[in-house]
Amino acid sequence: MAQKSTSMGIKIKSMDYGDFKDNETLELLSRSGTSVLLSTIDSIVNWGRANSIWPLTFATSCCGIEMMATGAPRHDFARFGVEVYRATPRQADVIVVAGTIVHKMAPVLKRLYDQMPDPKYVIAMGACTISGGPFYYNSYSVLRGIDQLIPVDVYVPGCPPRPEALLYGIMQLQRKIKAEHPTGSKRETPVKPGENQAFRIDG
Amino acid sequence: MPDAGFPANPQFSEILVPKDRYYDFCRTIKTSPDLFFDYLISLTAVDWNDHFMIVCHITSTRYRHTLVVKTRLEGREELSVKSISDLWKTAEYHEREVFDLFGIRFLNHPDLRRLFLEDDYGYPLRKDFTDETRMIIK
Repeated sequence: MAQKSTSMGIKIKSMDYGDFKDNETLELLSRSGTSVLLSTIDSIVNWGRANSIWPLTFATSCCGIEMMATGAPRHDFARFGVEVYRATPRQADVIVVAGTIVHKMAPVLKRLYDQMPDPKYVIAMGACTISGGPFYYNSYSVLRGIDQLIPVDVYVPGCPPRPEALLYGIMQLQRKIKAEHPTGSKRETPVKPGENQAFRIDG
Repeated sequence: MPDAGFPANPQFSEILVPKDRYYDFCRTIKTSPDLFFDYLISLTAVDWNDHFMIVCHITSTRYRHTLVVKTRLEGREELSVKSISDLWKTAEYHEREVFDLFGIRFLNHPDLRRLFLEDDYGYPLRKDFTDETRMIIK
């Protein structure tokens, strides 16, 4: 977990508190290579973006209950700026795909993702959205992982993950956003264009 | 009812009726004032490979007694049984679902279309169903 790198070359670190403090300076500078002033502005803009990621109201099964618990007072992810569930994808920054995606739901999910304005992020929450989970074998209806359909930024494993796990995933997404170029250098998508087929399943 | 069977069931009273008397039996237990089975809890089917079984859970909101009515359909092709949707309106959707997933036809059903799946889909809850593109068989 500690040294796993993403397509952008960011090191995803563990939850060590000090680690969360140091990516604004070192990683951003090393990536953009601009002047210190610009980097500072970048980091301020990114600080704002990372601390106001609004999720889409989207949950298809039990992971959705955990996501609601994460939003409820005990865990309260508004503390991290994941402030308010938006009822329309036009106002959402992140879609937390919480729950099994079946083949009938797949076009709906794709449409919701397409309707979200850039920059947009995807958190795959739970075993079903990562790989199909318990429905991997002998199921005629379940999509084997939403990364066959849309690009995923953060995978949160679990069945379902605890709210702390989702909070951790959100914080990793914030780290990823903070190390981005705010004007939006095109993000590399984990899904290659040829692989972006809803109903393709590897045997 | 001499040709009915009474399989052991620790939870509910259960009766296995022949296919051709299934509808009449259901109508009797619904209309009889002493029995008054006015509420169909569920209607589903089970694939036992050599035969299919229709399973109905029926209860009475007046007397609080529950009965499981089963009927056996032999074979795997051209399966049909009389619809009970004119007795309990709920059965309309239950029977559509059974038709969708098992391919059992219900005679006299007012609107026997597939409930979830496309028209050219197979019957995925049958034990012999396979789908090369959508399934990973273990």
